[in-house]
Amino acid sequence: MTAATIPARQKIEDFLYEEADLLDNWKLNEWLALFDQERGGYYIPSTDAPDSDPDHALFLIADDMKKLRSRVDQLLSGATWAENPKSRTRHMVNNVRILGMENDALLIKANFVVYRMRFEKIDPYIGTYHYKLIPHDGSFIILERKVILDLEALRPHGKVSFIV
Amino acid sequence: MRDGVNAAGMIIDDREDGIFRVHRSAFVDNNILDLERSRIFDRCWLFAGHQSEFPQRGDFVTRTVAGRPIILVHGDDGKIRALMNTCRHRGNLVCREHKGKGAEIFRCFYHGWIFNTRGELKGIPGEEAYSAAFDRDALGLEPAPRLHNFRGCVFISFDPEIESFENYMGDALTVLDNTLNLGDMEFVEGQFKYSMRANWKLLVENSMDGYHAAYTHERFFSQWMPSEGFSAGFQPPPPRPGTANGPPRGTVPLGNGHVTTNYPSPDNRPAVSTPYLEKYAKADFDQFRSGLEKRFGDKKARMVECGAGNYLIFPNLMVIDGWRVFRTFYPTSPDYMEINAWACLPKEDSPALRRARLDWYLAFQGPGGFATPDDVEGLEGCQMGFATHKEVEWSDISRGMKGNTAGGPGELQMRVFWREWHARMTTGGHADYTGD
Repeated sequence: MTAATIPARQKIEDFLYEEADLLDNWKLNEWLALFDQERGGYYIPSTDAPDSDPDHALFLIADDMKKLRSRVDQLLSGATWAENPKSRTRHMVNNVRILGMENDALLIKANFVVYRMRFEKIDPYIGTYHYKLIPHDGSFIILERKVILDLEALRPHGKVSFIV
Repeated sequence: MRDGVNAAGMIIDDREDGIFRVHRSAFVDNNILDLERSRIFDRCWLFAGHQSEFPQRGDFVTRTVAGRPIILVHGDDGKIRALMNTCRHRGNLVCREHKGKGAEIFRCFYHGWIFNTRGELKGIPGEEAYSAAFDRDALGLEPAPRLHNFRGCVFISFDPEIESFENYMGDALTVLDNTLNLGDMEFVEGQFKYSMRANWKLLVENSMDGYHAAYTHERFFSQWMPSEGFSAGFQPPPPRPGTANGPPRGTVPLGNGHVTTNYPSPDNRPAVSTPYLEKYAKADFDQFRSGLEKRFGDKKARMVECGAGNYLIFPNLMVIDGWRVFRTFYPTSPDYMEINAWACLPKEDSPALRRARLDWYLAFQGPGGFATPDDVEGLEGCQMGFATHKEVEWSDISRGMKGNTAGGPGELQMRVFWREWHARMTTGGHADYTGD
């Protein structure tokens, strides 16, 4: 891919908005299908080490596809008590930027606020998404989805049990 | 109904009939929390951090310990200190970073007072304005009254008169020593800072509750374990109870409110983590184990590898050897606690073994794991339920009393905690005996 063929930002935004809609509607199998089924990954570093590497540092979430598939199965089974009954969530995605390319993947950064509503409490999750997206067939495949939280601590949130 | 002004009637401990109950106002009453602050958190040895978090001279971390802002700092003289993070002049925090490396001074921005990494006051702008009676040397950053560094684990106490660390720890010292024998231990980068909308004592109970695992953590055992090719029923083998003449086994009170769910023993192999580490880093794990055997001999090496199950160092340090968790937590109100958790792993782990240990840790532990969020959910649910404490007064913690081992895990470990808690809250001293 050359600079001339990098997709317009609007196409990427459309993709991210569709993704957010799947998450807010708990269509998690459909969401999982957006990933590269072999090499995909979902990561959330600890709040005090946002730039760290999961080979050396403790992450909140460092899912390869096997773990991510299990995470989705668990969230949909009803035995994940932290999400049964399910949280209401609203993913707000904005400030989408195309930062460049890494091999065949676009490097995308976006700001987010995700609100979780549960037991009449509202917990806002705030931060940036860092995607590696592979253009494919008019859309994209997620190679990596990294969530960097701006929160200094998960207080009073307590958990990241849904997909941020 | 108890009016909650004192703790005397908060537990029913009937060893003869085998009934143990805790009054639920202990989880909701502000007076109880005030008493806990003055009789427990102000009077115990408390875990503050690990030296590996600030390994070099000038390195520091700041955190809240028992409500106090503290700077844990490696001084330019090589000494580890826990300094109260408040300027002796007018009170501002002198250090406002979470952590740092190579600091030479702490400078309070309010009026520019400067302290060195030993806490000594070294600079006062316009010092000539003070009288001859003003004693600069007496105005260094106040250290925590007591500090004990046990193999890198930094414990502090706000009670200048507290008994020695060794006396306080009792048999728990051996158990902690065994945990730290795994290697040259460090707190891995990346700390879990989270919370629960629940009373802190619920997390003491939950952190060593074997009974809840199969139910609260159903998804971990029946979904995640099979996804990794392990059988759905995979659980650590239950520790065997001790005999009158044999070495202690299973759940053992360690004195002064400390307790372990599995006393370290060469017979306890394998550790709960072993199948996972063997699957993902077998060659490196085998090499690590042979290193342990060279250092300790075969029997002790097994004891070190397996560790001690889940243990409490009273009042609020939980060590979970199956995952190498250190976790501590403090109440800020009766229905809310702040939690800090770390992974304590051997520095000498190969890259593959380190990654496998971290993946094992993450699979169960922490706010994004496949188990901890359900504990948060459960304990927050208990706290919501406690709003009925005037009508539904008692929680039951009687499982396994009178030596009953039928029907799965008992609750002796929680009774040990509550007996010490009750003694501290009423007499101010240790419980005479915390076992059944």
